[in-house]
Amino acid sequence: MNEKLAAIREQTMAKIKEAKDIDALNDIKVSVLGKKGELTQVLKSMKDVAPEDRPKVGQMVNEARAIIEDALEKSTKEINRLLRSEKMKREVIDVTLPGVKHMKGHRHPNEIALEDLERVFVGMGYEIVEGPEIEYDKYNFELLNIPANHPAKDEQDTFYITKDILLRTQTSPVQARVMETGRMPIRIVSPGRVFRSDEVDATHSPSFHQVEGLVVDKGITFADLKGTLLQFAQEFFGKNTKIKLRPHHFPFTEPSAEVDISCFKCGGKGCRMCKGSGWIEILGCGMVHPKVLKDCGIDPEVYSGFAFGIGLERVTLLKYEIDDMRLLYENDLRFLEQF
Amino acid sequence: MNTPISWLKAYVPELDVEPQEFVDAITLSGSHVENWVQKDKNLEKIVVARIDTLEKHPDADKLVVCQMDIGEAEKIQIVTGAKNVKQGDLVPVVRDGGKVAALHGDETVYENGVPIKKGKLRGVESFGMMCGIEELGSSREFYPEAPEDGVYVFPEDSGVKPGDDAVKALGLDDVVVEYEITSNRVDCFSIIGMAREAAATFKLPFNPPVVNVKGSGGDVNDYISVEIKDPDLCKRYCARVVKNIKLGPSPKWMQRRLAAQGIRSINNLVDITNYVMEEYGQPMHAFDLSTIAGNKIIVRRANDGDKFVTLDGQERELDKDILMICDGEKEVAIAGIMGGENSMITDNVDTMLFEAACFDGTNIRLSSKRLGMNTDASAKFTKGLDPNNAIEAINRACELIEELGCGEVVDGVVDCYPEPVGPWTLPFEPDKYNALLGTDIAESEMLETFDRLGLTYNESDRTLTIPTFRQDLHCMADLAEEVARFFGYDNIPTTLPHAEVTVGKKPFNQRIEDMARDICEQNGFSGAMSYSFESPKVFDKLLLPEDSKLRNAITISNPLGEDYSIMRTVSLNGLITSLATNYNRRNKNVRLYELGNIYIPKALPLTELPDEKMKLTLGMYGEGDFFSMKGVCEELFEKLGFAKEVSYSPDGGYTFLHPGRQARINKGKLEIGFLGQLHPEVVENYGMKGEVYVAVIDMATVTMLANFDRKYEGIAKFPATSRDLALVMDKTILVGDVERVLKKCGGKLLENIKLFDVYEGEQVAEGKKSVAFSLVFRAKDRTLKDDEVGPLVDKMIEELKKMNIELRA
Repeated sequence: MNEKLAAIREQTMAKIKEAKDIDALNDIKVSVLGKKGELTQVLKSMKDVAPEDRPKVGQMVNEARAIIEDALEKSTKEINRLLRSEKMKREVIDVTLPGVKHMKGHRHPNEIALEDLERVFVGMGYEIVEGPEIEYDKYNFELLNIPANHPAKDEQDTFYITKDILLRTQTSPVQARVMETGRMPIRIVSPGRVFRSDEVDATHSPSFHQVEGLVVDKGITFADLKGTLLQFAQEFFGKNTKIKLRPHHFPFTEPSAEVDISCFKCGGKGCRMCKGSGWIEILGCGMVHPKVLKDCGIDPEVYSGFAFGIGLERVTLLKYEIDDMRLLYENDLRFLEQF
Repeated sequence: MNTPISWLKAYVPELDVEPQEFVDAITLSGSHVENWVQKDKNLEKIVVARIDTLEKHPDADKLVVCQMDIGEAEKIQIVTGAKNVKQGDLVPVVRDGGKVAALHGDETVYENGVPIKKGKLRGVESFGMMCGIEELGSSREFYPEAPEDGVYVFPEDSGVKPGDDAVKALGLDDVVVEYEITSNRVDCFSIIGMAREAAATFKLPFNPPVVNVKGSGGDVNDYISVEIKDPDLCKRYCARVVKNIKLGPSPKWMQRRLAAQGIRSINNLVDITNYVMEEYGQPMHAFDLSTIAGNKIIVRRANDGDKFVTLDGQERELDKDILMICDGEKEVAIAGIMGGENSMITDNVDTMLFEAACFDGTNIRLSSKRLGMNTDASAKFTKGLDPNNAIEAINRACELIEELGCGEVVDGVVDCYPEPVGPWTLPFEPDKYNALLGTDIAESEMLETFDRLGLTYNESDRTLTIPTFRQDLHCMADLAEEVARFFGYDNIPTTLPHAEVTVGKKPFNQRIEDMARDICEQNGFSGAMSYSFESPKVFDKLLLPEDSKLRNAITISNPLGEDYSIMRTVSLNGLITSLATNYNRRNKNVRLYELGNIYIPKALPLTELPDEKMKLTLGMYGEGDFFSMKGVCEELFEKLGFAKEVSYSPDGGYTFLHPGRQARINKGKLEIGFLGQLHPEVVENYGMKGEVYVAVIDMATVTMLANFDRKYEGIAKFPATSRDLALVMDKTILVGDVERVLKKCGGKLLENIKLFDVYEGEQVAEGKKSVAFSLVFRAKDRTLKDDEVGPLVDKMIEELKKMNIELRA
């Protein structure tokens, strides 16, 4: 009996070793362990074994079975591994082929620049406020210290609807509207479309966007304005950005300034972008004129404030090095897809 | 405004800085430099040389060989082809290793000049080059004595000698600075004003001209009287008389200064007028006194329809708001704009009437606009001049007339000044200036600044007297700005407002807009931007009926042209135009969206502000159809949490859309927007072909409907039961209506309806279509049994029968 079992074991192990595929292994399994398999036959012949030897023989059969099953499993795994690796060899792809993309739209560069700007100011505690694009002369001019016949009205080349109603030439009327509500303190930015009767060319458009900022509270100083603009410039253009304020004149602020930032392309060394000066003009600003505060119902003896206005298209053109403003309004997909 | 630094130095003698330093400092103190030109930037080693001998070139007929005295022991030899030189002439010569700005007969612009080296001309050595005025970077316009073609020869009276610096001798060693002067600083549109700024900027003494007219006897009142009939338009009128006028060229120094300003020399009289206009910022006018009738000047408004010939020979039509200078009989000049032909100075003039006046800036601005005449004088008056400047200027001009021997000035001035303007005072409030600026500047430093600017401090009452030329100083903030400018904006500290904390936020409607942008872009639509104004032809292009309310658009009274003359009432035109641009450029599969306002007037003409309605407009061509566009809309409504309440009806009647492929988007009776295929005729009107799909959604409505309340409903624990229904119905029946019936009958247990097939064709009868749905039923608390689902489906079939819908066999 012993010998018989050993023979079965050896033969089977040899066959397993030779087996080349899963089918062969299955055949072995059936022929040895199956219902009519050799090992099963041994068990069936137990009746011929002396009763006292039966447990021993049973144990031997089980041992053999365990060894064979283990060998079968190992072989199966091995063969599967080989099969899989061969399959994978056939499945090699060229990973340098382009990826498959879902058709996606692109945000307009002006909008991206606006969102970046808004993010900076919202983070600094500013509320975004909008105002009408068709506006009363009162808000666009009169309350901003630009009375009738003021030359600034000519300078701004206004589109009129009626004598008193016009297309706003700046986002500053939102300042007046917010101040008029009398709610203090004020810390707002107001983005929006503005209009001036400029013929279309590479740097002009009769319709463009401004972002206006206004802070009014007790004890607001020109130094605060400088600090705020510096923080904005560093958040928006990069942390090493420097600012330079040059005295200027706007009817609704006093003192007023134009602000240059150190060129973000060359870092101030001078390049084509900054026309060699190292500086780029970016916005106008100033302390809110006491007359404007007063006309809007705020006591200039108690409150002071600052305001600034940024030409959004200018920022967009600079940021993305776009050389022609007309591209922004053409909406050619080949342009839009680059953002 | 241009000023040569050399002219500023005449009044700020200690001004001695490098051009770059000057430009940077004056910009930071408020006079923004737009541009500056160093006139001798490309001129090197150029000396005055005398031609001692001049011989024919041995091998060239057109060349001569000259021995030149350059003030050194050794003479240098120069070969030239110039024909206008002779022995003894003094000429500018560029020496070996030097540089000139340009080359004769060569149009090329040499950024960095042209180096000159010794060389041989036809075998004879030449150690430099004689220069023409163009080679020195200037032109005959500013050096009229230069020959048309040839070398510049110094005139005999120029007082130069061999070896002198020729650049200096010609006044080319100068820097001309161009400023952008802001409209409030009228005083800075003059050399004196800029000199005062420069002196204050560099903290140097300022020495304005001290005017002294000697006079030649007589009494001006015997020659002329002045009457101002419209004092609202003429604050002051000063007149002086000059007799025995001798016209001739003005001296070189005056010509050079004018040349640096870009003004060509004419004759001594004209040059003096221009010179004083630049120096004082005060325009003046000269009349031939013999043409002035009645020995009087009357300043009054013109009459409507009057005709007047100005000194350029043009006839002008006047109106009653144009101010005129008249004599006893007729009009002789348009005040502040241009003189008349009838009274102008001619070569035969003997006695002249000089005018320096102060006219109302606004009136001159409007008049010159109406007349279409922009003159140097009107440009100055427009800014609103200081009336006290007029008298100083006219006296300065008369002083120069005497100095230049141009005539004899009659004693006295006729000065008609109905309401003299005097200086005013403002309190000196150093604490307030510092509080506004956030600085700690000393009182003494502030007072020093004010002093340099010509403001006088009265210690007794701590006030400042403001001179009339500083018309921009009227309140504390104005004075704070003066302090800040000269303290230096750069030196002001940078702080942040230490005020009450405020919450930074975006308004709700903008958050909805952001979501709309995201949805559009996820679906392949790119952001577009178009103008708010457009052509009234748009209505016809979009096939809007004649009586459409949308044709009631707001009109711009002064548009850039008809194409930009109305405020859009429909948002489609801009986007379709952009699609057409892409189409013409052969871009494939274009999808665009825009968020922008339309403008709906409450009444026309406008008496109050119109409604500005933010619209989301989508447009596409190429891949995709009606349902691709509808899918985008649905996604937006899902994101905003009200998709289930939205319905689509085909009866919107949008004339610009395909009548069979359009839908009004509703929530109940509320119109959210519309979508559809663009009408083929509209597509053609925009120069395109094929199918174009658009959608327009009203942002205010979707913002109002947006609902972000979400409650977790649990994940289904019990299995679903599904049933498919294939139905045959008339083609005209809307799937939406069928779905409504299914939903109604299915009740709470009906979890989902999915349309999976729509078929028209041979398998179904003519005029019919087959529509197949997959219905999913589920209960939250149990596994559904057949006998629960069966009756619901039966009820559906029964209800659909009433609509003449049958199960497909």
